[in-house]
Amino acid sequence: MNQGARTTASWLQREENSGNRWHKVPMASIIAGPVVRKFAAPAAAPQKRVLKTKLRADAINMAFNRDGNPVQVLDAVDLDVGEGEFVCILGPSGCGKSTLLNIIAGFISPTSGQVRIDGKAVRGPDPRRIFVFQERGVFPWLTVEGNIGFGLFKLSKAERAERIAHYVKLVGLQGFEKAYPQELSGGMKQRLEVARALAVNPDMLFLDEPFGALDSITRLTMRRELLRIWQAERKTIVFVTHDIEESIQLADRVIVMSARPARIQRVVNIDIDHPRDISSRRYLELRDGIFEEIGLAHKV
Amino acid sequence: MNLLVRLRPAAFIAVLLVVWHIAVICQKVHLLPTPLAVARGIVELARHGLLIKYVVASLFRVTWGFVGAAILAIPFGLALGWRRRAGMALNPLIQIFRPISPLAWIPISILWFGVGDMAAIFLIFLASFLPLTVTAMNAVSSVSPVHINAARNFGLSQSQLVKIVLYPAVAPQLIVGLRITLGIAWLVVVAAEMIAVNSGLGFLIVDSRNAGNRYDLVVAGMVLIGIIGWLLDTGMRSFENIRSLRWGYSED
Repeated sequence: MNQGARTTASWLQREENSGNRWHKVPMASIIAGPVVRKFAAPAAAPQKRVLKTKLRADAINMAFNRDGNPVQVLDAVDLDVGEGEFVCILGPSGCGKSTLLNIIAGFISPTSGQVRIDGKAVRGPDPRRIFVFQERGVFPWLTVEGNIGFGLFKLSKAERAERIAHYVKLVGLQGFEKAYPQELSGGMKQRLEVARALAVNPDMLFLDEPFGALDSITRLTMRRELLRIWQAERKTIVFVTHDIEESIQLADRVIVMSARPARIQRVVNIDIDHPRDISSRRYLELRDGIFEEIGLAHKV
Repeated sequence: MNLLVRLRPAAFIAVLLVVWHIAVICQKVHLLPTPLAVARGIVELARHGLLIKYVVASLFRVTWGFVGAAILAIPFGLALGWRRRAGMALNPLIQIFRPISPLAWIPISILWFGVGDMAAIFLIFLASFLPLTVTAMNAVSSVSPVHINAARNFGLSQSQLVKIVLYPAVAPQLIVGLRITLGIAWLVVVAAEMIAVNSGLGFLIVDSRNAGNRYDLVVAGMVLIGIIGWLLDTGMRSFENIRSLRWGYSED
């Protein structure tokens, strides 16, 4: 590949016009198998395999009322997520990325604009799409088993027990089936919440800074676990984070949001195969590019 | 070691009784009966069958008034907390009724129900209803929105949401509220019985004084009220040790 001619910013697929529909850019490079590194404009390298669109958010505007004054939180945000894709929404704290995720999940309705999933407008939360909060989301009055089985009330007792056992094992909580969340560590609670979400076999997962409250070692383990689960179960994942490294380690595509009112500032394809070498040249290139994009010097 | 720690309160009580006894003997004026006289008074009450009768009468009224209030106030308060607009509309009224002592209702409850159990039960009910309503209301508003959203996400119907998320989420706070309210109810029953009925521990105290200044029986009544109140509180407290509720009481 011709790497010599690249300028500093060539790692990005720059779009000159911010109103451009970046989602028309084919994003399938990771999932499609062989990595095609594209440094040229997308039009120059048309790709045959485009993922089936799972989610389409159209011109999402969101304004809150604060002390009588409208505060614009999201400004004409367009977003497409392909089926089976892992998308990270990256932005500074308080920029509105969580609001965007809440809108996508159907917990709040946008001031204007529409979210469609599988072609149908989102009108509220749905068990086919589970939102994973930080570990605060587990129910403290239920045991590990009770939490994992929470969404399985439609199944028979035997099926439920089987499903619970499977996911207890998947997230490595064997031996803690009867424990209450209070007796678990932060990482275990987080895994419990992921297990609860996966147990209902959703086709999408929304994760809102899920590992933010964990220590850095647990966080790395959790990322690996999440990728393992994603690769095994092929869910479509939208993952909100303010951690640049995290987004590059996980995502097929990183959506960089601006500060409030949040707009999509840049979309970055992470064209590195899993497992990703976090000291590889490409990784560092992408990382530095995003640091630059956000306006941070990456020297401490 | 542990046994010693446990025995310490008992030792304190014993010392206090001795001091009380000596103090009364040394006094020329009759201010208090001796602990021995009080104990004899309790035995006397027991022998006449009044001890059990009065204790049961008081507990009977508290139970009906308190349980009745709990059955109505908890769903009512939860509904007000859940439908925030209804709660906001009714809150001023609740706040105006709340500072009216249940004892101020004594004349009206006698007017409505006559002298008898119903009047006392009504007073207990009044004393318990508003505190429990307010507790339930506040408990709902402190339920984490994350838990509500998580529950909605799994497709629970409104009634399932109430049953398997709202109730367990408010349970720890409700139990604290119930415990405190039961304490209030137990305070009020004594006052109600002094005026509105002719049985029960409150009646015992007034009656013993009126019928010949039997202060040994007055203090006996007080001691019984204290012991039973303590037992009620201990009973309510034991709920707080239930494993699925413990999260609500400890900071971790």
